[in-house]
Amino acid sequence: MNHLPIMPVMIPLIAGALLFLIGGRGGGLDRVIGVTATVALLPVALLLLQVAGTGQVMVYYDGNWSAPFGIVLVVDRLSALMLCLNALLALASLLYAITGDDRLGPRFHLLFQMQLLGINGAFLTGDLFNLFVFFEILLIASYALQFHGGGKVRVRATLHLVVLNLIGSSVFLIGIGAIYAATGTLNLADLAVKVAAAGTGQAGLLKTGGILLLLVFALKAALVPLGFWLPPAYSVACAPVAALFAIMTKVGIYAILRLQGLVFGPEAGPAASLFTPWLLPLGLITVVVATFGILASNELRRLLAHLVVLSAGTLTLTLGLDSPSAVASALFYLLNSTLVGGGLFLLADLIARDRGDAGTSFVTSQTVSSPLLLGSLFFVGAIGVAGLPPLAGFPAKLYLLQTAFLHPAGNWVFSVVLISGLLVVVALSRAGSAIFWRTGKAQKPATGIASLQSAATASLLLGSAALMIGAGVTTGYTQATAVQLADHTGYVEAVMENRGVVVLPAGQGGS
Amino acid sequence: MLYLLVSIPFIGALLVYPATERLRLPPSLVAGLMALSALVLLLFIGFPVYSGAVLLSRAEWIPQIGLSFSFRLDGLGLLFAELILGIGVLVVLYARYYLTELEAGPRFYAFLLLFMGAMLGLVLSENLLLMMVFWELTSLASFLLIGFRRHTSEARQGARLALFVTGGGGFALLAAVLIMGQIVGSYELSDVLASGRLVADHHLYPLVLVLFLIGVGTKSAQFPFHFWLPHAMAAPTPVSAYLHSATMVKAGIFLLGRFFPVLAGSELWFYMVSGMGLSTLLLGAYLALFQHDLKGLLAYSTISHLGLITLLFGLGTPLGEIAAIFHVINHAVFKASLFMAAGIIDHESGTRDMRKLNGLFKYMPHTAALAMVAAAAMAGVPLLNGFLSKEMFFGETLVLKWLVEAQWHWLFPMAATVAGIFAVAYSLRFIHDVFFNGEPVNLPKTPHEPPRWMKVPVEVLVVLCIGVGVFPNFTVRPLLESAAAAVLQQPLPEFSLSIWHGFNTPLVMSLVAMGGGAILYSGRKWLFRAHDRIPFQISGKQWAESLVESIFQLGEMVDRLLDSRSLRRYSFFLLAIVVAAGAVSLWGESFPAAKALTPVTIPVVIGGLLLGAGSIATAVWHGKRLLAVIMLSIVGLMTALLFAYFSAPDLAMTQLLVEIASVILVLLAMYFLPQLTPPESSRIRLARDITLGVIAGIGVAILSYSMLVQPLDSISSYYLSQSKPGGGGTNVVNVILVDFRGFDTLGEVTVLGIAAVGIVAMIGGLKIWGPEKDWLGRSWAGDRHPVLLTTVSKLILPFALIVSAYLFLRGHNYPGGGFIAGLVTGVALTLQYIASGSDRARQRLPWDNLKLVGAGILIATGTGLGSWVFGFPFLTTTFAYVTLPIVGKFEIASAMLFDLGVYLAVVGTVLLILAGMGGLHQREENV
Repeated sequence: MNHLPIMPVMIPLIAGALLFLIGGRGGGLDRVIGVTATVALLPVALLLLQVAGTGQVMVYYDGNWSAPFGIVLVVDRLSALMLCLNALLALASLLYAITGDDRLGPRFHLLFQMQLLGINGAFLTGDLFNLFVFFEILLIASYALQFHGGGKVRVRATLHLVVLNLIGSSVFLIGIGAIYAATGTLNLADLAVKVAAAGTGQAGLLKTGGILLLLVFALKAALVPLGFWLPPAYSVACAPVAALFAIMTKVGIYAILRLQGLVFGPEAGPAASLFTPWLLPLGLITVVVATFGILASNELRRLLAHLVVLSAGTLTLTLGLDSPSAVASALFYLLNSTLVGGGLFLLADLIARDRGDAGTSFVTSQTVSSPLLLGSLFFVGAIGVAGLPPLAGFPAKLYLLQTAFLHPAGNWVFSVVLISGLLVVVALSRAGSAIFWRTGKAQKPATGIASLQSAATASLLLGSAALMIGAGVTTGYTQATAVQLADHTGYVEAVMENRGVVVLPAGQGGS
Repeated sequence: MLYLLVSIPFIGALLVYPATERLRLPPSLVAGLMALSALVLLLFIGFPVYSGAVLLSRAEWIPQIGLSFSFRLDGLGLLFAELILGIGVLVVLYARYYLTELEAGPRFYAFLLLFMGAMLGLVLSENLLLMMVFWELTSLASFLLIGFRRHTSEARQGARLALFVTGGGGFALLAAVLIMGQIVGSYELSDVLASGRLVADHHLYPLVLVLFLIGVGTKSAQFPFHFWLPHAMAAPTPVSAYLHSATMVKAGIFLLGRFFPVLAGSELWFYMVSGMGLSTLLLGAYLALFQHDLKGLLAYSTISHLGLITLLFGLGTPLGEIAAIFHVINHAVFKASLFMAAGIIDHESGTRDMRKLNGLFKYMPHTAALAMVAAAAMAGVPLLNGFLSKEMFFGETLVLKWLVEAQWHWLFPMAATVAGIFAVAYSLRFIHDVFFNGEPVNLPKTPHEPPRWMKVPVEVLVVLCIGVGVFPNFTVRPLLESAAAAVLQQPLPEFSLSIWHGFNTPLVMSLVAMGGGAILYSGRKWLFRAHDRIPFQISGKQWAESLVESIFQLGEMVDRLLDSRSLRRYSFFLLAIVVAAGAVSLWGESFPAAKALTPVTIPVVIGGLLLGAGSIATAVWHGKRLLAVIMLSIVGLMTALLFAYFSAPDLAMTQLLVEIASVILVLLAMYFLPQLTPPESSRIRLARDITLGVIAGIGVAILSYSMLVQPLDSISSYYLSQSKPGGGGTNVVNVILVDFRGFDTLGEVTVLGIAAVGIVAMIGGLKIWGPEKDWLGRSWAGDRHPVLLTTVSKLILPFALIVSAYLFLRGHNYPGGGFIAGLVTGVALTLQYIASGSDRARQRLPWDNLKLVGAGILIATGTGLGSWVFGFPFLTTTFAYVTLPIVGKFEIASAMLFDLGVYLAVVGTVLLILAGMGGLHQREENV
């Protein structure tokens, strides 16, 4: 019995449960458990990527109940890719955190593992209600992590996060209810079949349910006009938390992509291509508004938070182009923007520590104590996030624009993406100039930057360079992923054939 | 070989730092050697190109988007590469003496090499997307170089301005290249060049051309994008000499040549390109004359010469294109030497202001001689290189097919001559003002000759000016021919490079320019006064800066308008959109043929009415909190009854217990709230919110109705039939919870645990100083631990525990289970806290509730993992019937162990949350 597919949730679940038993502050044992579990995620994710890369869809039947009755975990190319990305981002964030940020509040490592549990589970599950459960896990962990470190601004941000997401969760449940009422099933693969076969009597429920889910995911992905909560929250979150949160909006994007590919695809009967007409306008508006937010930011962390929104918007509009190559380009973009976005949050924290009272705001202050290190990292990160060469943001943008060229709304995509790109460059050059150039002459004595901190930051930012070098392989993979998503028969068959269910030897009770 | 060639500067850029710090080598030496070795390599491998060969190397990179790692060395690339590396070597040598090692340091040379590599890659790219990679890199490298003196605001502003303009142009060019590639179907230059008129005949051609020209115009400082270049002069002079005269600003020109066969030849091309070139030529020449800063004069003259080259490309004739390339070489050579000379003057005299600099010939005759020759080349004096290309330019303006038809044929020769006059005048000014014209005025330093080696680069370039000017056929002809052939992609027409073509119109124009220039210069005092009196001075820089500033302001405005940072607004938005989207998707859909619904009975009606009334009352009385909580509990109670009525006893029990726990929680929290509610919403807002609420309610009602009338055919029938045989229990709800969907339950229990941790974390460090008395001055409780409550709660506890054990055990077959039992235990223990105070309760319940939660999750998970041992997936359950004496036959299911985990986690969570809140309260009282 191959248990590999469930490992990405088992590892953080067990680690998290152990961390309940082992003390909160001090000791160091919590760090050992947290880091060990997070490190262990990486080989697991890579192994899954390797198997998924062959085109195989791995299905894990929880409780040995066959689909569609039990809960299944499914690893296809998309899931494996997201798991890998999460493992990388989490490891870097955690390594940064153990230099001290994890002691700013109680039970950081517990919450961190639970956050990973929620995110990994959302990427793995093949069941709509189970997706809700993992959303709840990742949400509730994110509330507590958002608060980590305490303080008035964080309380406020957390409150907003909680209230809005509670509304979101209720909507999620209503949506699931509607879809269940129309199809009588929760298994995504089964839904793919049932929705395609649904009659007109179910159309209203399916469409409403689907749209409600889309809105919930859009809330999570912080798309305008639902995403105003994000910048104030992310810009005050503790650095490693903010870095990890770079993937949270992508969970929303993932869910949109998954349901678009599986349940509300072009063959989905009365709910065919349900999401598609909404995505392009949502994405375009989000990009425009986020760009304004970027311009309006007077400090780096807020700017970065708006950049997170911008990347979610770009992803959404790309998915709205509705073609396999659009999906492929979106996934490549997602990898780059997540790594660089996370890295930049860590970098902003390093800068803020170095500058003392000036923090990350764009005011004249003392020269940062290690301008070479921080300046180069900022330059690399800015290039990566603005989509300039020689980093992976550039081919990602090229890929997107090439895809858009064939679309009727291509001119909109071209203008919005390129103009917003220019304005991002303008805003980032202002930020860099203010922080690194517009300084007093006096150089401060070096304040210590732990080598682990700079290594964690650099590894995320240079992830973009690695992606660029391996862009041929990576885009090959994302393209295969897009093809796999476009034709979901492989997924549905893999789940519904129930080949992974262990058949009982005769004469034994139970299942 | 091409890969090696392009990578040498980049490797150099990486090596400069370690070489300087570890090996203590001067960074200039490293940079110089790198540039020199690249140059030698280029000359070596470039040899066959003179005879028309094209060297290609190709490697796949990202086939999905057509980006390949392919380079191409043809005549045009060779010419530019030679300029880049040749002048690069000289600039490094010059910078070695111009900048102190302390100021320059490895950083400067690393940037310079980075730029060199980017330029080299640009001119040698075979793949268009790769070319764009290098194109953007040149912008970034130049940003760093212009901003090199980062402490001065001119440098910072100049750098950002340049990045804004050239970066914007880069994006336009990117769009043009993408469209072009899509039209042709390939991004390889060979394919694009071989596609003939494909692009020019496409309906998107005008768009491509405009975007392309924005890219070209911004990079090569063409009107109206020229304004960034003078401000880029904040860079150290070696940078200006290199980037802003010889190489980077020629990148746009390079593209004009590269895409000449693809895009040129149309009327649109002619009007746009030559129009842009012509206006730039005139404007630059005019403004150059009025600069007082030496580098300013050179910057505007560069703009003007770039305009000239663009104009030549715009003419679209083969000879014009040859002249354009010829002028690229000549301009690079004389302008680089002039910048270096200007740098020497600045370096040795401390100023670049021509109103102060006078009569320097006495102090630095050698430098003066060099500068004068170079300036004469710029003016187009015979026997120097500038003369030859200018003659060709004059000649070309005379033969124009479109303008002849339009009766405008006099315009171009006329404009060319006027520009020539200005060129002569500003060149004269450069010579006369600086080296003669009296004595210097208030110089910061006493000028003298620079170090020997600082002049060598200038000497080399000046010798080239003369060499090309006198013996053009020996020196540049092969290079020019191969480059021109590469541009045209067809056999070259006959052309002659010689000083004397006979007495013809171009010569007359040259003579007029010389004479006119001299006259213009002699009348300069009057001219300067007139120029100063022009009331409106258009400053492109100010325009661009105010544009950027207003973009920032617009950003702030939009941000403030949209993002209210108010939770109420966010929630309203969210709900409104949910309602609107729901309405849109529900609109016009039909219900399935209604199936028979259960009859409406009196209890249901009463329950429903109470439910509604309770909800409304909660909302209405939200200011009177205690009342609101009571009203809310009506809602909860009715829901529980509803569950019970519709045969869902498990749900009813859960709902009831959750209701109890929540009410306790709310009451605990209420203690800390301010005693008066904040100001109420305005009536309008209230009306708005009520409307939204009502619509949402109607929407959910319609949705619910629509769910109810659906024909029931779902997975639940499987659960009903499999509960006993597959799950070993008759209580389907419980079997679903612990078995069919145990994974969900595990997740939800974890959610509870995390919530508890989160709450503990949040209130852990919290200190709220609540009032001792209420607002009427009454103290909160007369008797903190009423005897009656304490006694009764002690009595109740064992019963409650027995009840919960009973509920737990029978759960698999009858209503009950771990979750419900956990709630019962939790609530019962909470009662102990309330009755005896948390200190005493903690003494008597000495375990750590967090550990209880953890143990619960671990037990549940461990039960699931147990099935691995038997080769089953996670959470596979098994059960057996055991017969014991006294008890008789009963069932042991592994799911019960799982349920035990759930039980423990729930107990722990309830205690953590309620006791945590209560503990906060307690601490308060003890203060």
